[in-house]
Order: sequence, then structure tokens, then C-alpha cells
Amino acid sequence: MVPLWWYILLGVVLFVIGAAGVLLRRNILVVLMSLELLLNSVNINFIAFGRYYDDFRGQIFAIFVIAITAAEVAVALGILVALVRNKSTLKVDDVTMMKG
Amino acid sequence: MDQGFFLLFATVSVITALAVVLARNPVHSALALMACFLQISAIFVLLEAPFLAVIQIFVYVGAIMVLFLFVIMMIDVREAVLQRFVPGGNLPALVLVALLGCEMVALVLWSDRFAVAEPAAMGGGDNIRQLSTTLFADYLLPFEVASVILLAALVGAIVLARKESG
Repeated sequence: MVPLWWYILLGVVLFVIGAAGVLLRRNILVVLMSLELLLNSVNINFIAFGRYYDDFRGQIFAIFVIAITAAEVAVALGILVALVRNKSTLKVDDVTMMKG
Repeated sequence: MDQGFFLLFATVSVITALAVVLARNPVHSALALMACFLQISAIFVLLEAPFLAVIQIFVYVGAIMVLFLFVIMMIDVREAVLQRFVPGGNLPALVLVALLGCEMVALVLWSDRFAVAEPAAMGGGDNIRQLSTTLFADYLLPFEVASVILLAALVGAIVLARKESG
């Protein structure tokens, strides 16, 4: 049987990789994909804890996380398309329009 | 048996996740992310959450990644391909991520709260029935709120991506 902390460790590793992608990459598309990775690693934790503590709420929360992720990606890619149309850049550093 | 499968899926998912972050071409990143999502859905099957595994494949691999690939197709990524990715380019962020990783791994390994024995297997087909009963009985209001959020995101995405013709 797989011990619980293996799943938690996998979640930690994927979370760190995703966080590195969000913080270190300059390409907006890759940043968004790393964000998906972060949310997925959290989902692994939710479902692993739900399984090992015999509680369905872990899976319920994972379902809600997936639904919110779908909404977030739709809006983020809409913003991205509008941004590329107006500024024609994909670099995070070039988007400083909101700076005072 | 289970451990072998878990190690296989975990290794492949970590390798593909690294490929997502390190690949220079966003299309390669998207394909690696797709492979990573498939491994994670296999891990959901190991955790006896088959419904979540199917949802994972439908929503992430089927919808979100296709959305990503469509956007990559629409916009010009050739300039993005040319820029090199240097991991040392942002040293404070790199140090921060390394510290975060070390801290979380240390906490997981030191804590004895994760040494829970695996409970007996849940009753096969009853699993999904109990899940849906919990979802639609105890979590009905959050479910409805989630559907409203999805509708708002749909309208918002259409408004944002529309050409400004007035």
C-alpha cells in the first residue's frame, strides 16, 4: 500500500515546480500553465487526504477547484488575447500599464 | 504493486512538469502539461477517485489544454520561442522557491500526522453514489454558486476577446 506522505510529497514537488514556473518564467502562457500545475498539486493533496481519512469532502473540494480553474483559464486567456491585440507582447515584464 | 504504479506515475508527472517549466517553446510546454495531467488522473485512479480522474481528463486535457493550444495558434509565439530561459536570471525568486521547497519537504517528513494507515477500500460502485449525494445534498449552494461563476466567466471571456467595434 502507498503511504500517505508519498502523495503529499508528490504534491509538494509539483507545487514547487509550478511556483518556480510562475516566478521565474517571463512568458505569460507558460506562467498560466504553471498556475494549472499549482492547482493540480493541491488537488492531489485534497483527494489523498480525503481517501486516507475516509471523507468525501476532499473530492468535493477538488471538483470545485476544477470548476473554478476552468473559469479562471477562460477569463485569463480572454485577457491574454486582448493584451496581445493591444500591446503585441507575451512577456510579463512588458505589461506595466497599471503602474502608477 | 500499487507502490510501483505510484512511483511510475509520480516520476513521469514530475519529469513532464519540469518539461513544462523548462521548455522554450510554449507548444512543447502545453503538450508536456497534457502528459502531466494524464499522469495525475492516473494517480487519482490509484486514490480510488475514478470520477475525479475522468473529470480531470475531460476538463483539463479535453477543454483547458485545447483552449491553450487554440490561443497559442491564434497569437504569434515565434518571438517567445526565441527568448532563452535562464534559471539564474531572477536569483531572489529562485532562492525563495528553493527555500519553500525545502521547508515543505522538511515539514512533511518530520510530521507524524501523515503516517495514517490506509483505510479499507471503499465500496466500488457505491463510491460515486455517495459522492454525488454529498455534492447535491450538503453542498448544493456552493454547486449553484460555481455554476453562476462559470456563466460569469463565459460572458466575461466573450466580452474580453471580442473586437472593439462598439
